[in-house]
Amino acid sequence: MELANIEKLVEKYENAETSLQEETTLRNYFTGGNVAPHLQEYEYMFNYFATTKDETYTKTIQLEPKKSKKRNLKWLSVAASVVLLFSVFIGRDQYQRYQAEKKFAQVTKALGMLSSNLKKGEQAVATLYTYENTVNKILK
Amino acid sequence: MNQSDFLKVVLPFKDKVFRLAKRLLVSTEEAEDATQELFFKLWRSKEKIADYKNVEAFAMTMTKNYCYDRLKSKQASNLTLVHSNYKEKETSLDKKVEHRDSVNQVHQLIENLPENQKIIIQLRDVEQYDFDEICKMVDMKPTAVRVALSRARKTIREELIKKHNYGVS
Repeated sequence: MELANIEKLVEKYENAETSLQEETTLRNYFTGGNVAPHLQEYEYMFNYFATTKDETYTKTIQLEPKKSKKRNLKWLSVAASVVLLFSVFIGRDQYQRYQAEKKFAQVTKALGMLSSNLKKGEQAVATLYTYENTVNKILK
Repeated sequence: MNQSDFLKVVLPFKDKVFRLAKRLLVSTEEAEDATQELFFKLWRSKEKIADYKNVEAFAMTMTKNYCYDRLKSKQASNLTLVHSNYKEKETSLDKKVEHRDSVNQVHQLIENLPENQKIIIQLRDVEQYDFDEICKMVDMKPTAVRVALSRARKTIREELIKKHNYGVS
């Protein structure tokens, strides 16, 4: 392909007016290696396009991949919620028992204090009785 | 439509889907995931596919939309992290090529283009679709496609010239 023709095509190419066929001509020219110096940029461009096209998707396509994943996730969340529920129940139970024990200890302490104070009063009253008795004995 | 029929329709353009995804999502891993996800989606809507005349164009449109969504979504915000990994793979691919650096530069330049120009240059200059198909895929008017393509080509060339002269002087 003569240079003048290529230059014309290049100009059309820049304005996006080339047909696919003309672009193939350009591609062949620019990837062929024998490129005029002032058109070197196009050589890079077309070489890049050509190499990019070689890249392929190498993995195999799975048509039912997500289902199992999703189901696992679903069951996982179910299991997690069950565990959470269970632990909340047990925790609440424990907490209630702890609270009851605390209350019991408090009540025992209070009752103990009450009884010891009552005893003090009783003693005082007992002393009063002895006093009264002696007074009565003497006065009689 | 059974599985083998489906694959027969779909496999011829799996690489094109992958390359477009990679163009938009940059990282190979992301593009692979996207490709897998897209074919899974296609398989799920296989009843509809039978009615489409041009499954390939439909798939490319889907790819474009899917990649846009990915780019917008939060998950894709760590794309920039992946960005650094991809270069090694790219260089190993281009090792065979003469003028490796300059050819790599083209990759960078395309990356800097606006999204729609990126897609159009990918579809036209790499995959060599004709304009009618591209218009359908990107849902744009022919003149708009041409303008975008022309702009993309010019930008790449001008940037290349700039870089080239910069290196010389």
